[in-house]
Amino acid sequence: MILILRVNDMKKKYPLIEIKGLSYRYDKENVLENVNLEIERGTFLAVVGPNGSGKSTLLKLILGLLKPQKGEIRMFGKDISQFRERQKIGFVSQKANSFNSGFPATVFEVVSSGLTKKMGLFRFMKRADREKVDLSISAVGMEKFADRNIGELSGGQQQRVFIARALVSEPELLVLDEPTVGVDAKSVQSFYELLGKLNKDKGLTLLMVTHDIGAVSDKVTTVACLNKELFFHGSTREFEEQKMEDLSGIYGHGVRVLSHDHHNGKNGEDIK
Amino acid sequence: MITGLMEYEFLQNAFLAGMVIGVVAPLLGVFVVVRRLSLIADALSHVTLAGIAFSLLLGKQTVVFSGINPLYMGMAFSVAGSLFIEKLRTVYKHYQELAIPIILSSGIGLGVIFISLADGFNTDLFSYLFGSVSAVSRTDLWTVVLISIAVIAVIGLLYKELFLLSFDEEYARATGIPAKAIHFIFIVMVALVIAASMRIVGVLLVSSLMTLPVAASIRIAKGFRQAILYSVLFGEAAVLGGLVLSYNLDLAPGGTIVMIAVLILVITVLWKKMRTSSAV
Repeated sequence: MILILRVNDMKKKYPLIEIKGLSYRYDKENVLENVNLEIERGTFLAVVGPNGSGKSTLLKLILGLLKPQKGEIRMFGKDISQFRERQKIGFVSQKANSFNSGFPATVFEVVSSGLTKKMGLFRFMKRADREKVDLSISAVGMEKFADRNIGELSGGQQQRVFIARALVSEPELLVLDEPTVGVDAKSVQSFYELLGKLNKDKGLTLLMVTHDIGAVSDKVTTVACLNKELFFHGSTREFEEQKMEDLSGIYGHGVRVLSHDHHNGKNGEDIK
Repeated sequence: MITGLMEYEFLQNAFLAGMVIGVVAPLLGVFVVVRRLSLIADALSHVTLAGIAFSLLLGKQTVVFSGINPLYMGMAFSVAGSLFIEKLRTVYKHYQELAIPIILSSGIGLGVIFISLADGFNTDLFSYLFGSVSAVSRTDLWTVVLISIAVIAVIGLLYKELFLLSFDEEYARATGIPAKAIHFIFIVMVALVIAASMRIVGVLLVSSLMTLPVAASIRIAKGFRQAILYSVLFGEAAVLGGLVLSYNLDLAPGGTIVMIAVLILVITVLWKKMRTSSAV
């Protein structure tokens, strides 16, 4: 406990994201109810929950695509309505529905588009920008594919490119919305390894939303379980200990959560 | 042909206007096609026709309007139509493509009413339907050139934003790009280019100049810049080839231009097929 406090003291005074009493409703349906969540620098947080649990809404609120109706969101210590440094947040969306795979764009062009906001209107790419793009592409191990059209790549490779696109503006926080939907199982593993490396080696804060509880791998440092309300927020270890008893409450009856064994590398079974 | 070009002003007008449109229509067309908005060009061209018919009708009945180039009214209608399409796309969120037939049929409906009110027009209207080399006036040419310069400048300045918005709209919004404003500028540009291209290729074929060269280009292009480059090259080849052929063989220029664009498309599709099958 003392150790934890010390680590916290060393960090900057405010958490990267601070959510207090956040509620949101579409028409008559409550999607989020009184959510309180703090995300410290350097964490790799997985937000898990079933479909319709408000995960995507939470994400949209954090990204500023929706405005909070009740409660408060503070980003980098500022109220979200005053927060103007969107380039500090990198965003990786679901691969499946966000782009047209027949689109004629090279990996380099796609990654360059991550600089759009940071560069600002009416600016053109300079040499330093190109170098940044090259660096991001190699950070995700895609340098051999820089001149290939994005549509020619596999789902896993495409998601790496989208990570590179998010990294190119040098964000402090990377937000991922179900990044492994439509990615084959083998690539998912190395994809999480890449995320883990970015978190550990580069100290990047990661917030990943997923409905797939089996995806909460050993790379994640904290887990938050959401189903309208926040049911659990804590370290991965605490999560492993608690989920047998508690998670059935979130997901409803008749649901079994199988343990996810790290020691022999087997994947846990997904919630059906 | 060359002597004809030296001698007749109308030929010069047609060729210069054609060359400019051959660049700007496919250039903008790349963004139109990758955003899956190809049919919008069709809808807007029919709205433009309504505007032109309205202008011709006014010109027939009042002296004030008879001196005004009908193209201006066509442009006004086209821009208004583009804004209606955007409005309808938000009204019918789940049936976004519905906006296109609504606007298209309204355009034809209005056009037909204006034409009947005027008791029909002479060959003038025919030239708007199918394009004409002899009908391009100096003011037409200047309008085309000015619009094209403006469009090329805007695309140059907003290239990053237009690319991102076309590639991944959700991401563009999430990163805080002013997506709405840029989309608005884009759709107005489309409306203006369609109205401007109409003199050469005609209402019924104008959308082909925005889509066919792009369709050929994206079969073989690597990357977006290359897609733009090939589209413009193909578009230019179709326009110049079409104008030369139509002049020499006395064919309708619009039809000839479109058929050359189709030929280019067929060649690229076959070429790509041969290459991929030989690679396997």
